[in-house]
Amino acid sequence: MRIWKFGDDIDTDAIIPGRYLTEYDPKKLAEHVFEGTRDDFRAGVQEGDVLVAGRNFGCGSSREHAPLALLGAGVKIVVAESFARIFYRNAVNTGLLPLICPEAGALVEGHEAVVDIAGGSIESDGVCHATEAVPPFMQEIVDAGGLVEYAKNLEEVELCTGSHR
Amino acid sequence: MGATLVEKIFSSRCGKEIEAGDVVMAAVDKAMIHDITGPLAVQKFREMNGNVVFDPARIVMLFDHQVPADSIQAAENQKFMREFALSQGIHNYDLREGVCHQVVLEKGHAAPGEIVVGSDSHTCTYGAAGAFATGIGSTDMGFVLRFGALYFRVPDSIRVEVNGAFAPRVGAKDLILDIAGSIGADGATYQALEFTGETFASMPMPGRMTCANMAIEMGAKAGIVPPDAITWEYLKGRRPDVRPFTLENDEEATYAEWREFDVTDLVPKVAVPHNVDNVVDVEEIAGTHIDQVFIGSCTNGRYEDFAEAAEVLGNRTFSDDVRVILIPASRDEYLKTLRAGLIERFVKAGALVEAPCCGPCMGGAFGLLAPGEVSLSTSNRNFRGRQGSTEAEVYLCSAATAAASAIYGEITDPREVA
Repeated sequence: MRIWKFGDDIDTDAIIPGRYLTEYDPKKLAEHVFEGTRDDFRAGVQEGDVLVAGRNFGCGSSREHAPLALLGAGVKIVVAESFARIFYRNAVNTGLLPLICPEAGALVEGHEAVVDIAGGSIESDGVCHATEAVPPFMQEIVDAGGLVEYAKNLEEVELCTGSHR
Repeated sequence: MGATLVEKIFSSRCGKEIEAGDVVMAAVDKAMIHDITGPLAVQKFREMNGNVVFDPARIVMLFDHQVPADSIQAAENQKFMREFALSQGIHNYDLREGVCHQVVLEKGHAAPGEIVVGSDSHTCTYGAAGAFATGIGSTDMGFVLRFGALYFRVPDSIRVEVNGAFAPRVGAKDLILDIAGSIGADGATYQALEFTGETFASMPMPGRMTCANMAIEMGAKAGIVPPDAITWEYLKGRRPDVRPFTLENDEEATYAEWREFDVTDLVPKVAVPHNVDNVVDVEEIAGTHIDQVFIGSCTNGRYEDFAEAAEVLGNRTFSDDVRVILIPASRDEYLKTLRAGLIERFVKAGALVEAPCCGPCMGGAFGLLAPGEVSLSTSNRNFRGRQGSTEAEVYLCSAATAAASAIYGEITDPREVA
């Protein structure tokens, strides 16, 4: 997989502009991903490429169109130094894997990378960078294949459960 | 020991002691959905084998982002939502009332101690009424529609203590821009901002809404003002079912951070492109040419904002070189502004006044910018492309600064306008 490198504070308006939010199909959203802010991404991204960013990736709107647009473009994993809260959750819920890697800044645009999800690392240029695991309560959602799959066969939820640190 | 406001709310909900860092499945009191993120939430609800929503009376539906429908697709989405509301028995405010966050508070859908979620990031606005309120995505909302509950990681809190009295033409928006500039765009990620101190204790509800609204601009999950006499007075008539109770913040609670601000010498602030935390004193950028001024949005579209703008405007007119767009945040705010005679003054001064909705704030419907153009806006985000072209620029400020600048066609310190 190839690395697409982004900076800090990449917001949801940059990922998918507001005027396209009437659309919900990931493939159609992908036609406008990073429109006006990083047009070469749309033209060159290939299935399985990995997006690498700095701090606060996905800040801003609650629009789930943002992870959907990335999924539609073929990106399954985003590695960032840190994520904005709503984006992180939306990503897990929709099946886009957000991996936190404090050393993401060292990864290079266009280079090949290998992500070991279970082992928690991204390797590129012979260097291995540790990634943080998805929090335990969200791991169940990831394992199920997203929140829809997780919730599909639930009859009801048990309230005030799951308290752990 | 002591606990933060957020810990108290979750502990009360669960009937046991809950601390920051705990992860709990908690029942929600209200869920808000709108025209943009609503259709996908409904789709997800159905994919989760949802047939009947958890409680139609606890769901608030309205349209505000693309109002009136600006495309056939927007119209289709709204039609879809109307049909869903009808089939589920959900009351739908449709496009009649205005911007979601203003309407939710105005109609009494959020009260102290309640847990409210909305599929919009500025749902944190309801913290102004002492609620724990947070923005969620559509899939999370689908889960809420089905089960009436959601997993929450209970956030740590940053205590934001503000003291002092505002100088003339300086107010809540300048304060929250100052706070955002200080804390930074990700300085409160996954935390809650607890607003306290004498400035908040005397701040009327509109200012509290402005501040809570922008908690998300620092990455916060929630912003909350402890309920007091001002809160209970606001809720009178809106929530006859809720009797005033005590929900205070404890000084000895465990805070992630304790920040102090003093507004005595605070000056008008502006967030310059393209990040909300790029905050400067208005003097530093006075004279910057502007093409459009927008006074409105869930941040600053209330009567008080228009009254402030009108005071600055006086008997002048707006510059012919600037497109001035005024959008009240709700029907109630529109009527208050209309009855006070301000709408007529603004229209005579050259402004366009639109029906309550988000307007240019999201860059979806109208009032978009061409490449190279500059907008001065009372809304909450100045991300690149937020109000149209990615080659345009958006500056954020208060209604007073917006009005002063609209008179001269360039960014102007409202204190300079006699």
